[in-house]
Amino acid sequence: MMAFLLKGILRDRSRSLFPFLTVLVGVFLTVALFCYIKGAEIDVVRYNANLSHGHVKVVTRAYANEVDQVPNDLALTAVSSLILDLRQAYPGMDWAPRIRFGGLLDIPDANSETRSQGPVFGLAADLLTPSSREPERLELRKALVSGRLPANQGEMLISDDLAQKLKVRPGDQATLISTTIAGSMAIKNFTVAGTLRFGIRAMDRTGMIADLSDIRDALDMADSAGEVLGFFEDGLFRRDRSEAAALSFNARFRDEGDEFRPVMQTLIEQPGMGLMFGSLTYAMSLIILVFLFAMSLVLWNAGLIGTLRRHGEFGVRLAIGEDKGHVYRSMIYESLMIGVLGTLAGTALGLALSYYLQVHGIDLSGMLKNITIMMPTVLRCRVTPLSYVIGFIPGLLATLAGTAIAGRRIYKRQTSQLFKELET
Amino acid sequence: MKRAVLLGGCWAWAFLFGGPGQTAPSAQAILERADRNAVSGNRIAVSEMIIRGRRDSRSISAKSWVEGKDKAFTEYLAPAREKGIKMLKLGDQLWTYSPDADRTISISGHMLRQSVMGSDFSYEDMMEDRSLVDLYRPEIAGEETWLDRPCWILRLTSKGGEVAYDSRKIWVDKERFVLLKEERFAKSGKLLKTLEVKSVIRVQGRWVQNFLVVKDALKSGEGTEFKIQSIEFDAAIPDYLFSKASLRK
Repeated sequence: MMAFLLKGILRDRSRSLFPFLTVLVGVFLTVALFCYIKGAEIDVVRYNANLSHGHVKVVTRAYANEVDQVPNDLALTAVSSLILDLRQAYPGMDWAPRIRFGGLLDIPDANSETRSQGPVFGLAADLLTPSSREPERLELRKALVSGRLPANQGEMLISDDLAQKLKVRPGDQATLISTTIAGSMAIKNFTVAGTLRFGIRAMDRTGMIADLSDIRDALDMADSAGEVLGFFEDGLFRRDRSEAAALSFNARFRDEGDEFRPVMQTLIEQPGMGLMFGSLTYAMSLIILVFLFAMSLVLWNAGLIGTLRRHGEFGVRLAIGEDKGHVYRSMIYESLMIGVLGTLAGTALGLALSYYLQVHGIDLSGMLKNITIMMPTVLRCRVTPLSYVIGFIPGLLATLAGTAIAGRRIYKRQTSQLFKELET
Repeated sequence: MKRAVLLGGCWAWAFLFGGPGQTAPSAQAILERADRNAVSGNRIAVSEMIIRGRRDSRSISAKSWVEGKDKAFTEYLAPAREKGIKMLKLGDQLWTYSPDADRTISISGHMLRQSVMGSDFSYEDMMEDRSLVDLYRPEIAGEETWLDRPCWILRLTSKGGEVAYDSRKIWVDKERFVLLKEERFAKSGKLLKTLEVKSVIRVQGRWVQNFLVVKDALKSGEGTEFKIQSIEFDAAIPDYLFSKASLRK
């Protein structure tokens, strides 16, 4: 019977094409939207983890309380022994000391006096150790606009916008003016190795990246770091594991009187991140559910209409002796086939578009001109295992449900009414 | 120490000349007298700044050469990390020189609001070189004894020009016309900074605050102690010192 029905579907396009196209479009939109939202969620989390917060972050209690001010005078000390300890306690994680700092970048003229000057917000990470994963994590190679990555001590990267504003090019000298861990003025000369476009508005305005050892030297922070970030080895944030790690670490350092004791915080505990996570998850779940519900209604309706349009056919089939249950089952099988074919085609198209946008992305920089939070300006789709099956919910189940409900009319069909209907 | 060099700055007027005060003078007269006494011709001072942070305390010493209100040159003497750093103020311009970087850097814009060497002083404080009489409208807010000295309390309200502090409250010694305490406020009325004099000495016929504590009310910590170790008035200062070229010497 299945082969017979399939032939009918393929040969009689008047009854199958519209439902098929409806399912295809609905599933295509569902899959594409799901991948886009998933991509946005993963990108935002990944950017914030890699650039700023890690999956967990260790800081001093005092630093955590004033983190918005980047208080390096409250930084962690004896960081190398702390990292050894962390590696032993949490072997599946990579630990990266970093220093965030603010200051001025001063460009000298021929007399070593100020030619131009601008504020910078800097990040120091281990860029020079060959085994360091920081350049990859910060996606420096991808962000490079001109010049090269730092290969020697005393070299740094600045945002391309800042470089243009200060009129500096790779190879030029620039002097960082900042504050040491003790609060004194810090002045250190750097060579601009390259310029970057981070794709993050806040960093593209005033961003600077230098090797950790150089900034430690400049800010008098030997074996110190503002923060030590912890990353799971596969690069994916896991809330339960990060919370378990933070709980066990903090249980070891409970001296409430010591404001410089280390404290571990998860990505979600970082300022604004809890709210962002909650809002993001809530908004995305809501969007997906509403869209799935709407698409289910549309496809269900398509199933209903398709069945009702064939009211006359049912009458004839019943008149020539076909069993009502058989007619009903054949309708279900037909809708199942149309649903499967439409879902497969819609999923294929949705995945194709999603893969394309996963590679090329959508540039939203024009809409994010005044955004100061860490947020990627190019949003990309992300194809996940769920992307392959999410379309089956509206594509198959809704179509089936629509047909099943509409098909109940078959049991109420009176063959005596048939000829009256045919006459009119 | 820079503070002392740039005494022509915000608290420069605190260096008051001796002499008995008049009976019940007006607020304007008290402020003019305090302003007048704060200004000397030239002075050379060696000072120490003790900065008490949350983690530890540290001491910075410096030598300053000051000419009137507009010119000041400071060289840091200790500790080793700061030794050799120089600062030059000419009118409303400020430069710093770092021997390690061999750079002369202009300090301007938002940098002026930054702390000087981690202390409770800001560069903006150092740059304030106009007389209080020019900047503020005074009124007598009361009388109080401070450091066992009878004082007038003056409330100073900005005349509307560009000032770092919208209003101030100052305690002026009735007899010596030397400032003994000060509170500085933002336009919102929020307390920004306090200054308390701990000791006053007489040098070459002038009353000099040789130990004071400044506290940035927006920062944690116990404030910054400023001590004058030696001061010489009307000293000969060569003109070349107040030039950018002298920073690199």
